[in-house]
Amino acid sequence: MYPPRLRYVAPKSLDEAFAVMAEYGDDAKVLAGGQSLVPMLKLRFASPAVLVDINGLSDLAYHRAESDGSLRIGALCRHVDLERSALLPGRYPTMAAAAPQVADPIVRNRGTVVGSLCHADPQGDWASVLLALNGQVVVAGKDGRRTISVADFVVGPFQNSLAAGEIAVEASVPAAKGTPYGSYLKLERRVGDFATVGVAVAIETSGLQISRAGIALTGVGPNTIQAIEAEQALIGQALEPDVIARAAGLAAGAARPRSDHRGSAEYKRHVVETFVRRALSSYRLAVPA
Amino acid sequence: MTDAADEHRITVTVNGEPHAVEVEPRLLLVHLLREGLRLTGTHIGCDTTNCGACTVLYDGTPVKSCTMLAVQADGHEITTVEGLGSLSELDPVQEGFTIEHGLQCGFCTPGMMLTAKALITNNPNPSEEDVRWGLSGNLCRCTGYQNIVKAVLWAAAKQHGHVAETNGQGTTVSGRT
Repeated sequence: MYPPRLRYVAPKSLDEAFAVMAEYGDDAKVLAGGQSLVPMLKLRFASPAVLVDINGLSDLAYHRAESDGSLRIGALCRHVDLERSALLPGRYPTMAAAAPQVADPIVRNRGTVVGSLCHADPQGDWASVLLALNGQVVVAGKDGRRTISVADFVVGPFQNSLAAGEIAVEASVPAAKGTPYGSYLKLERRVGDFATVGVAVAIETSGLQISRAGIALTGVGPNTIQAIEAEQALIGQALEPDVIARAAGLAAGAARPRSDHRGSAEYKRHVVETFVRRALSSYRLAVPA
Repeated sequence: MTDAADEHRITVTVNGEPHAVEVEPRLLLVHLLREGLRLTGTHIGCDTTNCGACTVLYDGTPVKSCTMLAVQADGHEITTVEGLGSLSELDPVQEGFTIEHGLQCGFCTPGMMLTAKALITNNPNPSEEDVRWGLSGNLCRCTGYQNIVKAVLWAAAKQHGHVAETNGQGTTVSGRT
């Protein structure tokens, strides 16, 4: 299969990229890892007039923890960079859990976190993870930068809130205020398949009490779903079996799965409940001295 | 419509040899290799980024060549199966696949071997688990994974001069939990 005819530009700077983006408007598409975009081109689901290949902008190939504890992920940070990162385990447990589960090892060598957020596939893993962590996306254009919450950035299936001419340059995760615990549990038929069900859980505790909770669901609705009621049911609570069961039930209730070749709606809803319960039950909270 | 101005002149080093070629932006890397340079050892399997048959090394890193544009290889080094070894001097990975019978129909083999090459270069003493995990993006429709895993462990031992751990019946399967 061949992509449609298109032009290709490999800018040497973001300013050069913005200039091309401004010239072509909605007809331009940014090429980063290309692991979703190139298949979309081949299937003719996307047919931009021009590809703006940002792979030469090596300044965007970073992920780092800031002094305030937030995590910043540049547009050229590939899944494999996070999979191998020594920065994530312990400090950013939900991110660390998700990174090795994205797609397959070869795709992880090319695909990027920010690109995955832009692609906004309801079966993509990072949108759930970043939603559970209250993440943000920094977008930039020739007129400046703005920061958008992931909740407002991933607006629909395959839809993001980038304006014409803008490029998503960074994703970020705010610093944990309490002690962070987190999981990404994913059911897939085989490595590389899209998630049948994915569940991202990120909680923070103060003593034995949950001070912040994020739960988001992959692959069980037309969008990535934030299980807000389940999150609220955890705030101020201890991780007791009845609290966990209630949150798991509420998360399953938030799912909007459809029956398909990966499983029935009932089955997927059941897996959501199981995953939320399993994640929350796995945390061994450090008892304050 | 594409006109001549949209052709890009690129220089790509394939198996150590530089090639200057004109490419249309939409040309996929796999098509440049197979049709442009007649290196048909790189196979097209699924053409949908699932199977890994088209895997090549891009500056030493395994990538799916059906999911990259040829123009993105400008200034980069590509290794295909043709560059892995020669008939007179097989790469340890090729030798391992021969000795451990790591192929049946052979269609997935070039991609498997290139992923394996990068794997054992980055991890000189992989466990069976490491190999299974590392090869999980390469599918074998013959389902000959047992011998492929054995072949890669053999190659790691050969390349790095230590002996693969086997139980005499080949390696033991331990499922990932």
